[in-house]
This record gives sequence, structure tokens and C-alpha cells, in this order.
Amino acid sequence: MILSHNTLIVMLGCALLGVAAGAVGCFALLRGRALMADAMGHAALPGVVGAAIVSALMGWDPRALPPLLLGGTVAGGLGLWAVQGLSATRIIRQDTAIAVVLASFYALGVVGLSVVQVLPGVAQAGLSHFILGQAATMRAEDAWAAGALALFCVLAVLALFPRLTALCFDAEFAALQGLRVAWVDAALLGLILLVCVAGLPAVGLVLVVALLVLPAATARLLNRRLPGMFATACAVGGASGLLGAMISAGHEGWPTGAAVVLVGVAFFVSALLVRGR
Amino acid sequence: MTEFLQLDLPPLLAALLAGGVCGLLGSFLVLRREALLGDAITHAVLPGIVLGFAVSGARSGLPVLLGAGLAAMLAAWLIGQLRTRARMEGGAATGIVFTGFFALGLVLLEVTGARSVDLDVDCVLFGQMETLLWPEATGLSSLIDPVALAALPHGLWLLLGVAALAGLTVAALWRPLKLLCFDADYAAALGLPVRRLEAALNLLVAAAAVAAFEAVGSILVVALLVAPAAAMRLLTRRYLRQVLGGAALGSGVAVLGYVLAGPLPMALGGVTVNAAGSIGVLAGLMVAGAALVRRARLSRRCAPAPG
Repeated sequence: MILSHNTLIVMLGCALLGVAAGAVGCFALLRGRALMADAMGHAALPGVVGAAIVSALMGWDPRALPPLLLGGTVAGGLGLWAVQGLSATRIIRQDTAIAVVLASFYALGVVGLSVVQVLPGVAQAGLSHFILGQAATMRAEDAWAAGALALFCVLAVLALFPRLTALCFDAEFAALQGLRVAWVDAALLGLILLVCVAGLPAVGLVLVVALLVLPAATARLLNRRLPGMFATACAVGGASGLLGAMISAGHEGWPTGAAVVLVGVAFFVSALLVRGR
Repeated sequence: MTEFLQLDLPPLLAALLAGGVCGLLGSFLVLRREALLGDAITHAVLPGIVLGFAVSGARSGLPVLLGAGLAAMLAAWLIGQLRTRARMEGGAATGIVFTGFFALGLVLLEVTGARSVDLDVDCVLFGQMETLLWPEATGLSSLIDPVALAALPHGLWLLLGVAALAGLTVAALWRPLKLLCFDADYAAALGLPVRRLEAALNLLVAAAAVAAFEAVGSILVVALLVAPAAAMRLLTRRYLRQVLGGAALGSGVAVLGYVLAGPLPMALGGVTVNAAGSIGVLAGLMVAGAALVRRARLSRRCAPAPG
């Protein structure tokens, strides 16, 4: 298989995304926040569509990734706020809130997509790829943008490693020791949001949650201690991203998100079998 | 009138039925704190739908329902296995299973060549309510003409069947289901077949997901399942109102959403939008509204006495 320069860059971007998802996913899993990724990923869609509309109206290239990612981040953040708000009623449980938010924000995005169809200049086909991901049509500059965001997430996790560890294992003790638990919790949610948004072009919003959960869950099966789990999650995530992108680049009809998730499931099942012995 | 019957009546009926049955079943999911399972089932049925379609060529027939039911049961079983055997936390186990199934469904969609006019990724993601048509309608008399009625889109018949089944089941099992929702342990102690009731509920949700899938697509079924029930939870503590209100709100929001998406803009000369999306947005707004109403009620109750 001869790999063009573009394909190579995209594959590397997906690998980096996988590493970031594994890294952030470790703490998301341990802190029980995995499903917030589902809400935030789906909630990002209207933001992406809105950003594309604004770009087109301002005369910029509506396919340029950074504004779209920014829009997605804002919308995902609003989704997070909506989940917290609904959960605060104490009548609606968090997973009910997550389900309501993910479906209704996604619906808003779908409405936006149907409106965008009649607007000249907005490449609607490009936007729907954010739902299931499509590495085959990603451009190198898209991979750079998403890859940079993913790299930022990895560095942030490394910088916050001791605090995140304390948060996940004994938040009360850590609070007594002076850890600002609320801040670290917020930082984790923020990182989850950023990884989801970075994953949109490659893996798509529906399946990005799997990228956050699968490598971490696989690593959990194979490691008892956090440093090992972290390293394994990053490795498995990176491998899933890379292999998934390769498979999807080779088969035009296969959404990249699906390919990455199936690779991730394969790793997970292998870990289950290995541990079973 | 003929145009209304041909173009608008089928989607309106689909919205009414899909919203009603999902709203009805959703109350049980929400009361049992299993909104997540509803989310999971609607995603997990996709490979079943694709295989059923590949086998039979029909988007709404028995093979599709069977495939979906099997997929839902398998998914529920796998989630249970992951939680007990692999000691995984519920949310993570559910997330892995339903995304894995959904991914498999997408790949199957590609591999079986099911990608066609009748079933493709767009249908899964956005629904195809606008494609429900009744060309055989010629006027009001068609409503009582068996020949014309038989030509209604199959999806509508499936919805009607599933809605009837769900309604009858809920009515017949009213008491046991109520106990199941509020005190499953007590129900088990009384000798009720809790596992079988749960399985029956899950299967009904899977059937509703398949039936509503054609109208609103895989992802937005979640909106109809969870939002009406969540809104009712915020407004009432009475079981009867919760369950029946959920069904009514579901139908209402679906019908209103359809009207706001297509017929109304067209009448006003504006741009039409995707019907499923419109329904989902309305559903979300409804929950937000219910939350605000609840806050207003609470602050009135707790308002300090004058003077």
C-alpha cells in the first residue's frame, strides 16, 4: 500500500488523537465521567454547524477546521452546563440528563445541517462527516489542527497527573491536603470536552465516547497500578487510532469512527481473554 | 385535501404513534433509572436492523424486528456480563457495548450492500419521515377504502402494531410494572418474575426503536424515549399522570415538531428543516421548560410568609 503524504499525516493525527483519548480516558473512567463524553460529543454538532455558517457569512473558508472546533467546544460546553443544570433539579438523574442533552443538541445540529443545505458556499457534505468521522477525506491541515489539540490534551494531562490521580483515588483526603477538587474536576471535564472535539473530524461524535472508554477499560484489565494503566491506555489508544485510520483510508465506505471502535473492541476483547486465563 | 392525505398524513401519523409509544415506554425507563439503557438499546439495534433488512429487503417487517430484538437481548446480556465478570462500572460497560454494536451496524451497512435508497447512513442518522407518502390517497373517501388503506407505508403499520402491543402490555401489566419501578426487591419478594418483566420491557423498547427508527432515525429515538418522560417527572409525582402524560407529551411534541419543520414553513414561504431534528429540539426545550416550571412551583411553595 503506497501511502501519500496526506494519508500519512492523517494517520499520525489519528494516532495522536488515540493517545490523547487514552490518556484523558483513564481519568474519565476512574472518575466515572465516561458518559459525559457522549453528551459533549453530540452537543458539539450545532456548534460546528453554527461556526460553518458564521465562517461562510464572513467570507472565510467554511471547511477550515479551527473555527469549527471552536464552535464545537462552545456548544459542547453548553451541553455540559445543561447536563449539570438538569441534574441539579435532583429529580433528573445524571444519565437521564445526558440522554436528553445529547439527543436535543444533536437534533439542533441536524436542523442546522438541513438549513445549511440551502446556503450557498457551505460545504454541507463536509459537515456531516463530523457525525461518523471520515479519515479518507481529511486534509493534512485538518490533521495538524486536530493533532495539535490532541497534543495539548496529552501535555495537560501530564502536567496535572498528580492532581488527577489524587482526584480519582481519594478526593476527600486530597481536599484535606489542600487540593482544589472542584477545579481539578472542572479541568478533567474540560479535557474530556477538548478530546471529544479534537476527535470529531476523524472519529465523529457518535463514537468518540468509545475512543475515550475502550483504551482505558482495556488498560484497566491489564494493569493494577495507575502508571501502567496510563501507559497502556495511551499505547492502545494510539494503536486503535492508527489502525482504524488505515483501515478506513483503504475502504472509502467505512466510517473511520466505526473502524477505530472495532479495532478498540478487538483490543478490549483480547485483554478480557488474556485476563481470563 | 388530497395533497394533505398524500404528503402530510403519513408523517403526522408516524409522529403521533412514534412519539406516543416512545413516550409511554420512556416513563418506565426513567422511573427505573435506566435512561442509559434506552440510549444503549436504540444504538445497539442497528446491526439487527441492517441484517434483517439485508435478509428481507424490507425496512419495516418481521425480520427487522427479530434482528433488532436479538441484538437488544445480546447487548443487554453483554452489558451484564461485563459488569459482573469484568467488574466494569455500569456506564463504561454500557458505553462500550452500544458503541461497539453501532459501529458493527455501520460496517454491516457497508458490507452487506444494504446501502441503498431504502436504508442508508442518512436514514440512520436523520430519519426519513419526509419520505413517508401515500400516493394512493384520492380524497377523504380513501380513509375508509380498504384498498387504499392497504397501500399505506409499511412503516405506519409497524408503528401501529408496536404501539398497540406496548399499550396492551402496559395495561395488562399495570400493577406489576408499577411495583417493578418503585421497589423491584419487594416485587421479587412477592414472587413477581422480575427478570422476565425487565426483559419484556427491553424488548418493547427495542421494538419501539425499530418502529420509530424510520421516522426519526437511530439517535433521535433517544429524544422521544427520554424527554417526554423526563419532563413529566419534573411536573408530577403521580404514577398514572407520569405514564399517560409521557405518552401524550411524546405524541404532542412529535406532531408539533413535524408541523414546525415542514408544513408551517412551507405555508409561510420559509425554508423547511429536518423533521426529526425539529422534534428533538422541541423535546429538549420541553424538558427545560418543565424544569423552569418546577422551579417556579417550588419557590412559590417556599416563599416566605408576607409581613
